Amino acid sequence: MKSAQSRIKSISNAKYGYLFIIPFVVVYLIFHLYPTIYTMVLGFTDCKGLNNTNWHLLKGNIFTNFQQILQNKSFQTSVKNTIVIWIMNFIPQISLAMLLTAWFTARRITVKGQGIFKVIFYMPNIITAATIAILFHALFSYPTGPVNDLLQRLNLRDGSYNFFISKPASKLIVAFIQFWTWYGYTMIILISGVLGISPDIYEAADIDGANGVQIFFKITIPNLKTILLYTLVTSLIGGLNMFDIPKLYLNGGPDNSTKTASVFIYEQAFSGKYLYNRASAASMLMFIVIAICSAILFYLMRDKDAAALAKLKKQERKAAAKRASTQTWR
Amino acid sequence: MSKTSYDEPKSAKGPAYYGYKAFQYIFLIFLAIMSLLPFVIMIINATRSRSQIESHAISLIPGKNLLVNWKVFNGKSFNVTTGFLNSVIVSTGATFCSVYFSTMTAFAIVAYDWKFKKPFFTFIMCVLMIPPQVTSIGMYQFMYSIGMTNKLLALIIPAVAAPATVFFMRQYMAGALPMEILQSARIDGAGEFRIYNQIALPMMKPAMATQAIFAFVSSWNNLFLPLILLTDKKKFTMPIMVSQLNGDIYKTEYGAVYLGLTLTVLPLFVIYFLLSKYIIAGVALGGVKE
Repeated sequence: MKSAQSRIKSISNAKYGYLFIIPFVVVYLIFHLYPTIYTMVLGFTDCKGLNNTNWHLLKGNIFTNFQQILQNKSFQTSVKNTIVIWIMNFIPQISLAMLLTAWFTARRITVKGQGIFKVIFYMPNIITAATIAILFHALFSYPTGPVNDLLQRLNLRDGSYNFFISKPASKLIVAFIQFWTWYGYTMIILISGVLGISPDIYEAADIDGANGVQIFFKITIPNLKTILLYTLVTSLIGGLNMFDIPKLYLNGGPDNSTKTASVFIYEQAFSGKYLYNRASAASMLMFIVIAICSAILFYLMRDKDAAALAKLKKQERKAAAKRASTQTWR
Repeated sequence: MSKTSYDEPKSAKGPAYYGYKAFQYIFLIFLAIMSLLPFVIMIINATRSRSQIESHAISLIPGKNLLVNWKVFNGKSFNVTTGFLNSVIVSTGATFCSVYFSTMTAFAIVAYDWKFKKPFFTFIMCVLMIPPQVTSIGMYQFMYSIGMTNKLLALIIPAVAAPATVFFMRQYMAGALPMEILQSARIDGAGEFRIYNQIALPMMKPAMATQAIFAFVSSWNNLFLPLILLTDKKKFTMPIMVSQLNGDIYKTEYGAVYLGLTLTVLPLFVIYFLLSKYIIAGVALGGVKE
């Protein structure tokens, strides 16, 4: 079976492989790679001021911009905020998404009305983040916002609480908004992963008399590893780039407590003195942080179960071939 | 004990079973309310007057101030139609480019053997991590130097190269695209482009639909790049328009702000209720059982 498949593949024409990637490669080189290199170079120049096209490489210490950024208190705070807010949002998000996935894919105790719940939970994700940030700004407004109104009506508080001047509250709200907009998405990705697991494995587990909890932890989660990795990496990258909500909810305030790295970079480059060079240096530093995080993550997840994963892929391929043969028959 | 009751077959429904079910539904309904309530408050407050909102910001009874709010809202410079049209153009174009060409790139990786295939895929996995903010300053400078700022095309063309979509499509394709079918089409004399467009693409529909939804949403919601590249009011996309609602001009006019937010969200609700079917279907099709 294996040899037959590899033979079929090797007959294929290599030329078409190159032909089909041309659009991707051309656009990537022009619109992604070139700007990336441009940004890198700008980090070593004196480029500042609106639409400055006359810039030069720094003379003397070429790392001046990087040193200035690393010593910048505001940058340090923004990096710390970004990580804290991401963790505050991701842990509840993945936990809730896993719980809902377990419920919605349970085979014995099924949840009725799943479709509606999925549609509702995913909905905040489709709404523009800018709209949501402004909406929450209105909801938490002081002294007469809906949240304050609710707290007073339920007699939880006597007076209004000014959410906008409390640093922990602001961080918490930004993290909550992130959590609230993304857990539905994560849930859908995880459910689609579970539904993609070969039903044969579950049938075998049923025959062996495994219970629901055992099936979830011993079959579903190990089989979901690739998709969990995907979720984790994309969420981490998205989290480290958090911009819309902290920018529009309180513009990074109060006292920089919700200022994220992206908000910092934006402010450096596109307001005030238009310090493109320092913003570029900050971008590159963020890039290095993200690259290191992702690399560690890939390494940890891959190394442990490389063998198991290869085995699984083989099974998947077999299952796919089986499915395909029934499809052609139909 | 709770563990065993969780798995009891349906025939033995004890009180633990019903307790578990009740807990499940109460929790799910709580989450549903959490997702919907902010939007309900928003829509209702869009119809209430400034003084009503100031005395009690939460109400389930709509007010009669919709027209007044509309007048206040429209009195300021805020053009919903323009923003909506610009966003539609950008998101539709970007979604098409990203899904079609990403599937094509993934197809090249899965269906053919070529020398630099492995390094190419490794490269894609590496650039997957590059955040848009890293390129944004170089992107702005580059777009400015070739005169592409304030052009919607500047937000569409880069979508042709979407590493994340390529990565997802390859992962899906590797398991779901049977080489035997392509081979038999080849024997029947189909050209490679025909095989891609007429055989591979239709088989990838569920994955493409899911990716299209996510590509559309992320393009629609994108604030960072449009904010940098577009300075002309006529080219503003929805998110930029919305961001102006927080400005000083609407400071205490909460009714007008809620109305503005509602207007930007209503079209999305309509689109969502049309799309949600495809989301669920796309998800369900991920694991067809014979």
